Amino acid sequence: MLTNALYIAFGLVALALALNMVSILRGPSLPDRILGLDTLYINSIALILLYGMLELTSIHFEASLLIAMLGFVGTAALCKYLLRGDIIE
Amino acid sequence: MSRMSLTYWFPMPIHSIVIFAVWLLLNNSAVPGHILLALLFAIAIPKICYPLQSDQPRVHKPLKIFRYFSILIWDIVIANLRVARLIISPNAKLRPAFIAVPLDIEGALPITLLASTISLTPGTVSADVSEDQHWLYVHVLDMDDEQALIKEIKTRYEAPLMEIFEC
Amino acid sequence: MNGILEIILSVLVLIGALLVLLGSIGLVKLPDFYTRLHAPTKATTLGLGCLLIASMIIHTAANGSLSVHELLITVFLFITAPITAHMLAKSALHLELDIAKGTTNRCPEDVVKKSV
Repeated sequence: MLTNALYIAFGLVALALALNMVSILRGPSLPDRILGLDTLYINSIALILLYGMLELTSIHFEASLLIAMLGFVGTAALCKYLLRGDIIE
Repeated sequence: MSRMSLTYWFPMPIHSIVIFAVWLLLNNSAVPGHILLALLFAIAIPKICYPLQSDQPRVHKPLKIFRYFSILIWDIVIANLRVARLIISPNAKLRPAFIAVPLDIEGALPITLLASTISLTPGTVSADVSEDQHWLYVHVLDMDDEQALIKEIKTRYEAPLMEIFEC
Repeated sequence: MNGILEIILSVLVLIGALLVLLGSIGLVKLPDFYTRLHAPTKATTLGLGCLLIASMIIHTAANGSLSVHELLITVFLFITAPITAHMLAKSALHLELDIAKGTTNRCPEDVVKKSV
């Protein structure tokens, strides 16, 4: 039962990733694309977690933590760039 | 500051606790070796970083923090389910709005906490703070009654924060 | 793993995945940037929270020892989500993005430019 639930969840998250891709390509403005990218990396963390649950390993934990941290820094840097036209002043 | 006092060893007690907990969580174990290492980091890192700290208002009632966060977690769950329902309802039903919330709270840290709370809870995202830090500009996804919303933010989230920081 | 625990876990995983999907649907469907901002900060964060709790329980039950390090990601996401939202909203206001029709505007003119 849990395995089936996990497979369904895989499908739902994959659909979510595809929708994020649509919003990145569609825009129409730069903040929209950044928001799409931000959601994309959060959803990829969800995908990694689901895989870890299916395989019953926790070796992917570090990977998801790294994606969470670098994704946040990336989004913050892109926003800073939009606000100031420069990242490091 | 004497060598025996607690503040000598732990100049930033909250940071020490956080470092200790995060180290154990990262390694996902509580064997004596890791506890010793966590203790070493909890003492050494705040000691090095203490001079870099900018002045923040002190937390006066640490116990109230737990009450605040338990209310907050419950509110996050409720607010998220509400937003999820709004997302699947048709766009024409939404009543988005920009509102300005007057702030009684002062200081960078309390305002940041309030803005983060507002972003996580009732269908609102904080967009900007005015230059003089007296107004918080908030975007609402579906506004029913402006005054009621402002009153809810002020009594439910701002008042407990003011109590915690006593400002 | 016993039956009741498995049902609870399956429900948690499905709710989590559904909320993640809802956040992404909102991102495509909602009318303007400011309303779109609500979907990922709320629905996706809670969805991931559900998945992380499920992952914690599954690993604890499978290994027989307490596994709590997923809490770190949960806490980190709950701290960073509002900050990301705030920065994105700030840059959107800076770029004067279009605001959806029918938005009530109670902010001073220099903060939020007139809606179309």
